[in-house]
Amino acid sequence: MDRLQRAIDTLHEVDREAERRGAQSSLHPLARLLVCILFTLTVVSFSRYELSGLLGMSLYLIVTGIWEDISFFKGVYRLRYLFAAVLLLGLANLFYDRRVMFYLGGLAVTGGMYSMVSLWCKGILTVYAAYFLLLTTGIERLCMALLRLGLPEGMATALLLTYRYLIVLFKEAQRMIQAYALRAPRQRGIHVRAWGSFAGLLLLRSMDRAQEVYDSMLLRGYGGAPAYEGKRDGSRVLCSVCYLLFWLCAFFFLRFVPVFHLVGNLLL
Amino acid sequence: MTEIEVKGLTFSYDGCRRALSDVSFAVKEAETVGLIGENGAGKSTLLKILVGLLPDHQGEAFVGGLRVEKRNWRQIREKTGYVFQDSESQLFLSTVYEDVAFGPRNYGYDEQEVERRVREALEQVHIETLRDRQIYRMSGGQKKLASIAAVLSLRPKILLLDEPSGALDPRNRRNLIQVINGLEGTKLIASHDLDLILDTCERTILLFDGKVIRDGDTQTILSDEELLTAYGLELPLSKSRSR
Repeated sequence: MDRLQRAIDTLHEVDREAERRGAQSSLHPLARLLVCILFTLTVVSFSRYELSGLLGMSLYLIVTGIWEDISFFKGVYRLRYLFAAVLLLGLANLFYDRRVMFYLGGLAVTGGMYSMVSLWCKGILTVYAAYFLLLTTGIERLCMALLRLGLPEGMATALLLTYRYLIVLFKEAQRMIQAYALRAPRQRGIHVRAWGSFAGLLLLRSMDRAQEVYDSMLLRGYGGAPAYEGKRDGSRVLCSVCYLLFWLCAFFFLRFVPVFHLVGNLLL
Repeated sequence: MTEIEVKGLTFSYDGCRRALSDVSFAVKEAETVGLIGENGAGKSTLLKILVGLLPDHQGEAFVGGLRVEKRNWRQIREKTGYVFQDSESQLFLSTVYEDVAFGPRNYGYDEQEVERRVREALEQVHIETLRDRQIYRMSGGQKKLASIAAVLSLRPKILLLDEPSGALDPRNRRNLIQVINGLEGTKLIASHDLDLILDTCERTILLFDGKVIRDGDTQTILSDEELLTAYGLELPLSKSRSR
């Protein structure tokens, strides 16, 4: 199976998982979105030398992962390219901050190394939080929640259609690459000379397909905004409020109490 | 009662070459009409105009008693089901259930009603067992039936089908003909599969170069070899075999 097919399969798989969890969930998508935003803001608010505090924030991901039955390893695999980009963050810190902070065994740990790891943690935690949000809510409900939060309708629609367009783009690219490969069996990949026309044609074809998909949405009542939020009842609202309050308190606690640091002190 | 009425309809994509030229006809309630013609005759264009996908046309078009214009699009689309030529374009969600439920959810029905409509639509095209199947893993025939179900879940009074039998094998084609014949309401079917038209439509409109050439009884038009040949078509296989 080629890489594009795997990417298409992954997107469909994420959609399916999100639908299963979103449909059964007793939480409103808005509550999940707010918790994710709070989590991100809390993570970002840590200074670059507060690594132990940052590690405490991973409790949110661990609890959510176990509660929602989300595989961490699958997440690492699916987000591997994003994580690779995250690892590039903070590399410059190694050169600018050479002050030795402490020794680990015989290794001198500089401020640059420490802040780089801290940046990695921030990146990984926030990427994982967004991934968990998508997996537990689904793109339609997520856009609906963003609308509730005051995002302009046009932007929510653009987000939804961009996500849908990804699948169309991958499918068109796959067809074109297969057609190219069948007529150039000795060529590995696409020849550099064909890149320009290939990219242009891919864009035009995928735009045509995306237009048809959009037409199909319009003909089935799509009015420019996602329409589905899931079931509405009192217990769901109560659950959502409790969920939001719980994590609000937890983030406040984790932000100001270095849990991992205290546990370490107790053990040592 | 007339469900679809077209008067002097003219349309061009680029302002130069006319895709439709002074087309007029009417379709009565519960009538099944075939639109035939060679590639580029204007069949798909005509169907797209009727649901407001191609707005800049001249002449008049009425669907379900409503004039085809921007302020009526939503109402027209609610009572008209349009089945695309390419099912891949029509089905964009991950499972059959999700896709078939997309329309009813957009029209604001509660989840119980959505569930009922999806179940009924899937039963109508006999694909109840595919309810939770992933669309991208389905065959062309299954996708075509799923795309019809996606439209039927809105319980349209009028059905517009664009090349419904395209890329289907004989067995799926036969199944599709049974499904179409079992559907109630007004149907306008654009196809150059003349055997399908023969099996499903009592009346046929022949288009050529954007103009209506003949409008009449299907048996009569599809038996006229001279007429069909003159406008780039051939006798249906069933007719040519019986000669």
